Amino acid sequence: MTNNLNAMKFIEVKNLSKTFDQFLANDSISLTIKNGEIHALLGENGAGKSTLVKCLYGVVKPTDGQILINGNHVTINNPREARSCGIGMVFQHFSLFPALTVSENILISLDEKITKKHLEDKISIIGKQWGLPIEPTKKVLDLSVGEQQRVEIIRCLLQNPKLLIMDEPTSVLSPQEINQLFKVLRKLANSGCSILYISHKLNEIKQIASKVTILRSGKVISSTSTSKISTTSMAEKMIGKKVKKITKFSKNSFLNSLTAISINNLNRKKISQFGTELKNISFNVKYGEILGIAGVAGNGQVELMNALSGETLGDPDEIIFEDKKIGNTNIKFRRSLGLEFVPEERNGHATVPDITLTENTFLTFYNTYSKNNNFLDDILLSSNMSSNDSISIINDNDVRCPYSNPLADQLSGGNLQKFIVGRSLKANPKVLIISQPTWGVDIGAASEIRSKLLLLAKSGKAIILISQDLDEIYEISNNICVINNGSLSKPKITSKISAKDIGILMGIN
Amino acid sequence: MENLLITILLTSIPILLAGLGELVTEKSGVLNLGVEGMMLCGAVAALGSVLIFGNPYIGILFGAIAGILISTVFSFFTITLMTNQVATGLGLTIFATALTGLIGEPFVGKTAASLPKLEIIFLSDIPYIGKILFSNDILVYFAIFLIFFIHFGFQNTKIGIIIRAVGDNHDSAHSIGYSVKLVRWISTSFGGMCAGMGGAYIPLALTPHWSEGMTAGKGWIALALVVFASWMPIRLLIGALIFGGITILQFVAQARGWDVPSQFLNMLPYLATILALALISLKLRHNNYAPACLGKHFLGNK
Repeated sequence: MTNNLNAMKFIEVKNLSKTFDQFLANDSISLTIKNGEIHALLGENGAGKSTLVKCLYGVVKPTDGQILINGNHVTINNPREARSCGIGMVFQHFSLFPALTVSENILISLDEKITKKHLEDKISIIGKQWGLPIEPTKKVLDLSVGEQQRVEIIRCLLQNPKLLIMDEPTSVLSPQEINQLFKVLRKLANSGCSILYISHKLNEIKQIASKVTILRSGKVISSTSTSKISTTSMAEKMIGKKVKKITKFSKNSFLNSLTAISINNLNRKKISQFGTELKNISFNVKYGEILGIAGVAGNGQVELMNALSGETLGDPDEIIFEDKKIGNTNIKFRRSLGLEFVPEERNGHATVPDITLTENTFLTFYNTYSKNNNFLDDILLSSNMSSNDSISIINDNDVRCPYSNPLADQLSGGNLQKFIVGRSLKANPKVLIISQPTWGVDIGAASEIRSKLLLLAKSGKAIILISQDLDEIYEISNNICVINNGSLSKPKITSKISAKDIGILMGIN
Repeated sequence: MENLLITILLTSIPILLAGLGELVTEKSGVLNLGVEGMMLCGAVAALGSVLIFGNPYIGILFGAIAGILISTVFSFFTITLMTNQVATGLGLTIFATALTGLIGEPFVGKTAASLPKLEIIFLSDIPYIGKILFSNDILVYFAIFLIFFIHFGFQNTKIGIIIRAVGDNHDSAHSIGYSVKLVRWISTSFGGMCAGMGGAYIPLALTPHWSEGMTAGKGWIALALVVFASWMPIRLLIGALIFGGITILQFVAQARGWDVPSQFLNMLPYLATILALALISLKLRHNNYAPACLGKHFLGNK
């Protein structure tokens, strides 16, 4: 009986298409998920994963095609109807309310009538049953990201779903939290609930899913069981060309060189309620070295970046660059010494979203252009130079623009990031401090950005890389330290620190 | 002494009512700076309707309706057409000041009937506090009921939690399937109703004559009070009583012949408002009680 049930199809998608204006986001997609199956959906950004999932969850309406649940044709007009068909979804960006408690968050998304007290008991029971412990009376803003995800999952489980859609669930979790999540997912699958698991992390898909469907430019490229496909061929199918192998340079190449920048007992008070206090942060970076700073989001990365770039100031000797004490100097001064900064937020921090790329270049380089002390001439001359500069950044870094000289926010995330990194390289920095360089960037652009960073280090420059992506840190950094609750661990050589060690340093079990 | 306390309570009722309404509006994420204007509309509608119908209870009704009507103008502009909330709120007050001046012109010099006191049997005979608490008009009881109603509603009812949710993260509320705009329309209308009733209370219980701009900045004080109370209804009562007390201080000082310039005393409530706001904003840097989406537009599906 159980075997029979497991073999049954829960949901079948037939030739589903979706067009936005002229753009074909989903091109005749077919997909079958059996009961109790963990089915991975793999694809780059813009491959059509989100659109497909939104069609299933009733957020957008498909242009063409059918959806069958348990063999019956259904039309799903809104999330409420999707839930009543047994489809639950955990979004990548949680749809939670920080100022409300866990139980209040869940209460308002339930369609049934239930009192707060009764619901709190129910949350505790479900939490025990599935291994998702949570305090129902806590406010969401006091929870860690992993706990917030538990709230989302419990919210779905309360509706007894037959299919749970998880959109990039591990991008914000520590290795230990990922293992815990996988345990829960397997337990769910064993109980007969199907899971549609969206990700672009190949190893995870191998680990958790039994089947994988690969999308590229809105089409299904391949749908096969994960035991029959290697991660390399998954990657190739996903991006449609051979993946460039990054060649690593010799790890000791920088060992005899000078210290570029040293941070000594750097402290910063937290600025807002949700901020993190930086406590006694110390490290050195040599020329030719890439220092990777790992950590779960919200543990002081933003504060550290602000302190390093000069957005928040402190004592002069907290930051020493080539014997110069610069802890109390502003960004402009630091940049004039040869430091460059790429902050986490592309739109609005690293660039001004609603002005053109040339204008963004102008803002960055105006001070470095030679001047004739005639304001009007200087402006005209500088704008010519910035136009040339932005064109050369675009060409050198393969930035694909929808039209010539677009507004910054008209570029896709990956292309804008390539532009920003290229702009920093153009300034020929001695030290590059870069935060989350490939967050939300497709795999092709990410590997290009990483090669550029490696090339820069090879030419003898120092790089501080703050990233949540452990694979990235392992791939390109020489030394690794971990930031946890505003404290930084001692740097360790990359080959001598395991993912498990890093998880422990992240402070989550 | 008893009379003094009663006077303080009565003086604080308009700002308490208007403040409670604005609190609900702001919890849903809408910043309506037009409280002063809505109070004026409530005041002129109440006075006019009492002069016509002779019944002060009709005045409350008309005051509330006038408040709702003028607030829907605000909602239409800010929520539907997505104009700037601060500018629209200021515009609303300026517009309403002139409009009520025009409408109120024929009422000048006429006296309206006041709200009768309703003594609650037995309770009003309690020594000392009985007369203060249980021998008041209906709007006093209503305002105090409203404090607990709103407090309870926000904590324990689904609609209350939805209003807080919309003010906290409107994108999430939308993705779960709530109509952000509808919730904000309703909350803003509730705010308009309360401001209208607060305004109506001034001619119905405090000064029964019309004079242009008779709310005299009470709407601005109510706005400051919401911040002062850090968006908590019970703290709003305390704040309103403090401001009521300071206002009454002027009259006490005059009556007792204290040697303080009257201009200084007139200035006191506003000075206290500025002080309260400055102190609160110092504190707010560490403790952010404000609804996260306060004053932000909801664009819907991009």
